[in-house]
Amino acid sequence: MAQTLQRTPLHDRHVALGARMVPFAGWEMPVQYEGVIEEHRAVRTDAGVFDVSHMGEIEVEGPRAHELLQRLLSNDLDRIEPGEAQYTLLTNERGGIVDDLIAYRLEPFRYLLVVNASNRETDYRWLKEREISGSDVRDVSSDYGLLAVQGPRAIERLGLPPAKPFTFGEGRVDGIEVMVNRTGYTGEDGCELLCMAEDAGRLWDAVLARGATPCGLGARDTLRLEVCYPLHGNDISPETDAISAGLGWTCALDKQFTGAEELRRIKERGPERKLVPFVMEEKAIPRQGMPIEGGGEVTSGTHSPMLDVGIGMGYVPSSAAAPDTELVIDVRGRPRRARVVEKPIYRREETS
Amino acid sequence: MAATETYPEDLKYHREHDWARVEGDEAVLGITWFAQDALGELVHFEPPQSGTTIARDEPYGEIESVKAVSDVIAPLSGEIIEVNQKVVDAPETVNEDPYGEGWLVRIRLADASEPDSLLDVGAYKHVLAEQ
Repeated sequence: MAQTLQRTPLHDRHVALGARMVPFAGWEMPVQYEGVIEEHRAVRTDAGVFDVSHMGEIEVEGPRAHELLQRLLSNDLDRIEPGEAQYTLLTNERGGIVDDLIAYRLEPFRYLLVVNASNRETDYRWLKEREISGSDVRDVSSDYGLLAVQGPRAIERLGLPPAKPFTFGEGRVDGIEVMVNRTGYTGEDGCELLCMAEDAGRLWDAVLARGATPCGLGARDTLRLEVCYPLHGNDISPETDAISAGLGWTCALDKQFTGAEELRRIKERGPERKLVPFVMEEKAIPRQGMPIEGGGEVTSGTHSPMLDVGIGMGYVPSSAAAPDTELVIDVRGRPRRARVVEKPIYRREETS
Repeated sequence: MAATETYPEDLKYHREHDWARVEGDEAVLGITWFAQDALGELVHFEPPQSGTTIARDEPYGEIESVKAVSDVIAPLSGEIIEVNQKVVDAPETVNEDPYGEGWLVRIRLADASEPDSLLDVGAYKHVLAEQ
């Protein structure tokens, strides 16, 4: 059934900039403006700005908000204080990943969860159905615009004070009130600016005027893959567990949360397969769904704009997961060699 | 840098956005400006082997951008006599010069009359107008 695509407050600006618009998770989003490679390089060398207003925002508030989230999220919220943020997973009983998200501790008993656009409704229902008396779960996504400004010069260009990763605070960019979150999905320094939806247009204009390059979802994907950040729906899903996905570090297995028992079991006996990053050793670009010889599968693949080779991530039997192991990927019927590498695939020091 | 949109008069076109430059009993094949623009910056060309036979309307190679893979459709039938190594080594050559340096393969025609059935530039532009 045809469904009307949602539009962010910046839709008309993207079109005016000549962006190529594509459907993504029910939204009409820019995949590129000038070109994926150019946008990618802008983020690695200077600053780029992404409209990520399609992402979901869920607020959880109340005297028992902390207790509720401690039961439902894998990471330990006792490790963060107001003004700090944490990467964490919403897990199911099997230890599968319902979503990966960032929890911002606004106040001792008030949290903002920024979730994947494609999982916004699932996450909201999941939390709402498990709500306890003294915790209020609200989907506030349509109240906000969200711009990711990423790159080594992002903070300087925005005129913002330095701050540690995974912290946030109130700030202003050219007079526009924003929540400055020192988080991102590119492996670069930078921030995500949360603003009121009605201010998003002015904020976008201000960020562009400060010299950030507009970047689309294409560059967002190549940037995150170079630094091995998983994409929910590709690399992780309700059917894949956190341990196999290499996200054990986000699971506080010493506390009780949904799926913790199963995750402890998987950790104890060792996962049967693991998500590994790899680099092609022959000319070929791996793509999602390609079989890996010996019983594996590519979950994300692309051409690395920085390394100029095919790169990807995929699940392989644990016996083939050690760095330096050779893999053979079935590229539309052609066997092509790849090698398992350490995370991240790309590090700035590697380029001269 | 990306080329500007052009469709040379002296080429023959296939509605799958391929062109052919017929030279005696041989032809040079490539993809049109429209095709390279739709794909974006090209990062991989998977060419056919020299000596293999390709058939009109059938895929003879693959070309990839960061985001997508596309079959390259043969506008004419024949035998591959040369692959453009420059495009294999630097696929962005196709974006920069789709009708010149960015040619893909040279073939020996299987049927000298086959090019007559291809589109001329006017007919191809008509195809583009329908996109």
